[in-house]
Amino acid sequence: MWALVGDPDRIEEWFPGIESSHLEGTTRTITLASGQVVTETIVTRDPLQRRLQYSSDGPMCRRHLATLDVVPIDEGRSLVVFGTDAEPPASALALGGAAGAALENLARRFEEAR
Amino acid sequence: MSRRKVLFVTTDQQRYDTLGCNGGTLARTPVIDRLAVEGIRYERAHPQSVVCMPSRATLLTGQYPTTHGVWMNGVPLPLDAPSVAEVLRLHGYRTALIKAHFEPFLDPFLRFAENAQSRLGTRPPGGSHRGFEHLELAAHGSVGPLHYARWLAAEHPETVSGFYQALDAELSVNAQAGGDTGAPQVKVNPVARELYHTDWVAERTIAWLDSLEGDEDWFCWMSFPDPHHPWDPPQSEVARIDWRDVPLPPGFPPSVAERDQIIEGKPRHWRLWYEGSLVSNSEAPARWVPATLTTDQVREVNARNAVECELIDEALGRVLRRIEERGWGADLDVFYTSDHGEFQGDFGLLFKGPYHVDALMRLPLVWRPAPSSGPAPAVVKRPVGLLDLAPTFCAVAGVESPGWMDGAPLPTDDRDAEARGFDQVVTEWDSELLRVAVHLRTDHRDGLVCTAYDPGTVHDGTEGELYSTLEDPTQSVNRWDDRAWRSAREHLLEVLRAHRPRPHVPKLHLEAPV
Repeated sequence: MWALVGDPDRIEEWFPGIESSHLEGTTRTITLASGQVVTETIVTRDPLQRRLQYSSDGPMCRRHLATLDVVPIDEGRSLVVFGTDAEPPASALALGGAAGAALENLARRFEEAR
Repeated sequence: MSRRKVLFVTTDQQRYDTLGCNGGTLARTPVIDRLAVEGIRYERAHPQSVVCMPSRATLLTGQYPTTHGVWMNGVPLPLDAPSVAEVLRLHGYRTALIKAHFEPFLDPFLRFAENAQSRLGTRPPGGSHRGFEHLELAAHGSVGPLHYARWLAAEHPETVSGFYQALDAELSVNAQAGGDTGAPQVKVNPVARELYHTDWVAERTIAWLDSLEGDEDWFCWMSFPDPHHPWDPPQSEVARIDWRDVPLPPGFPPSVAERDQIIEGKPRHWRLWYEGSLVSNSEAPARWVPATLTTDQVREVNARNAVECELIDEALGRVLRRIEERGWGADLDVFYTSDHGEFQGDFGLLFKGPYHVDALMRLPLVWRPAPSSGPAPAVVKRPVGLLDLAPTFCAVAGVESPGWMDGAPLPTDDRDAEARGFDQVVTEWDSELLRVAVHLRTDHRDGLVCTAYDPGTVHDGTEGELYSTLEDPTQSVNRWDDRAWRSAREHLLEVLRAHRPRPHVPKLHLEAPV
C-alpha cells in the first residue's frame, strides 16, 4: 500500500479523475479529467512514518493540504487515512468527496487483489 | 398497436400559483392552462423533498428520499438506483432525458458519470444511463460540464459572460445583486432568446423526437432549468412584465413589524436565517441577508420569474405542436410539474431551505391523459405526491408498477382518490452541512400541515409547526403550542411517527456542495 500511495508520481493509478501526473523535484503537476492543470508541492514524504503530504493553491481552492497516512494493522492489512484541509469550505467539500472516492477505489483494488 | 407516449415536463423551483390555471395572474400560461382544462389538475401535490437532487431522485424512482438515499443536495443518486425509465425501456419504450441530472456538477475530477458522459455526446456508453438511451443535460447557467454549457461555449462563446454566475469566487451560491432593484441573483442577460436554455431544452427535445420512427413508443423527460434562480432571462423578454406593476404577493407581509411577528412564531432557524446568522444549506446565497429584502426587489424577482414561466409555456407549446405534426397527439399523455417551490417574497424570504410551507411544498401538477383514452377532465383536491408519478407512468404504459416504488398511480378524480386512500402526503428534510444539521418531517392531511423537528444544531426535538392551509393559506400563524389545536397536533404526530419508509443502506455520502 505504501509503495503505491507513498509514491507521488503514481497518484493517477488510484485517484479517480486524475488523468496524469508529472513530478519534478518536489513539484507535481497533475491534469484532471476536466482538463484543469494543478501544480502541487510535495510537502512531506516520510517512509518511516509512512506519511505523504502535498499542498496546492487553486484553481478551485486556497491552502489545500492533503495528508495521507498508511498505518499497518497486521499482515496484509493496513489503514489509510486521507485528510483534506482546504478553503473555501465549498471547495473542501468537493475535494473531500473526491478523496473519499479515492479511498474506496484503493480499498477495492487491494481487496480484489487478495 | 402502438401504446401511449409520455411527455414528462418538469420545471425547477416553480410554485403552484405561478400558473394561470392555479389562479396565477402574473404569467400568461395558456398552453398549460389548456392541458389542465382537458385533463386533471391537482390542487395539493407535494414533493417528498423541497430541494432539487432528492426531489428529482424521487421522480425517477417513485421512492421517498429515505429510501433512494439522496438525503440532501450534493449526494449523488447511485448509478444502480431503480429507475422508471429503465422499466419503460425494458418494455420497449424509447427513452430520453433532456436537462435533469442526478449528480453534483461541481466536479473538477469529472468522476460523476453524467458530467463525464456529457463530454462524449448524447448516447451513454452501454446503451443507456439510468434507463435513458439519450441524454442532453443542462444546469442553470452557462458554465459547467453539461451539454448546454459545452454547446454554448463552443458555438456562442460571446454569450457566456452575459449569464449570471451561479457560484461566486468562494464556490458558494452567489449573492451578487443586479437588475433595477439590486435583488440577489438578478442580472441583465443580453443572450438571444433562441440561445437561452429554455428554448434549447425545447429544441433538443424536438430534435430527439424527430429522430424516432412514427410507430415507436417513447417516454421523454423534458426538464427546464427555470424558473429556478438566477433570474436572468433574455433581456429582450423582460419588458413583457414591468416589475413596477407587479402586486406584492399575499405571503409577503408589507411591514417589517409584521414579518418579525410571523417569523417569531416559528422555530428558531427561521429567524436565524432571516437575520443572516445561520446558513443551513446551499440552497440560498450565504452572504445574502433576507431581512434586507425590499418590496421593490420582491416585485422585480416575481416579474422575472413570471417571464421565465411564460417562456417555458411557449417552449412547451412548440414541442406539443411538433408532436401533433408527427401524428402522435391522440396517444400522448402530458405531465407537468416541478421539483419544489420558491419563497418569492413569502415571509420576506427568497429561494428555499428547510421550511415546509406552501411556498416550497405546494406544486403545480397537471396530467393531460391521452385523448384516445377518453379522459374525463377533473380537479383533484386530495393530497398526492411526486412519488406517485413513476407508478403513473407505468400504468399509462400498461406495465405493472415494480414493488420498489413507494407511490401509487395518481387518482383521476377525488372519488378515485378517496377510494384508494389518498388522504395524506409526507415531505422529508435532512441536511448536515458545515456543522449545521437540520432534520424535519412534515405531513399534510385534512387541510392541516404539521412539521416535527428532530434534534439538530439549533433544534432540541421539541419544536414544530402546525398550520391550517384552509384558514391560514399563507401559514402565518403557527398553532404548534396552541392548546386548542393539541389533539389535531397529536394525531398528525402519530401519523408522522408511523412514517417509516425503508432506509437506504448504507447511508450515502455528501460528496459536493451542489
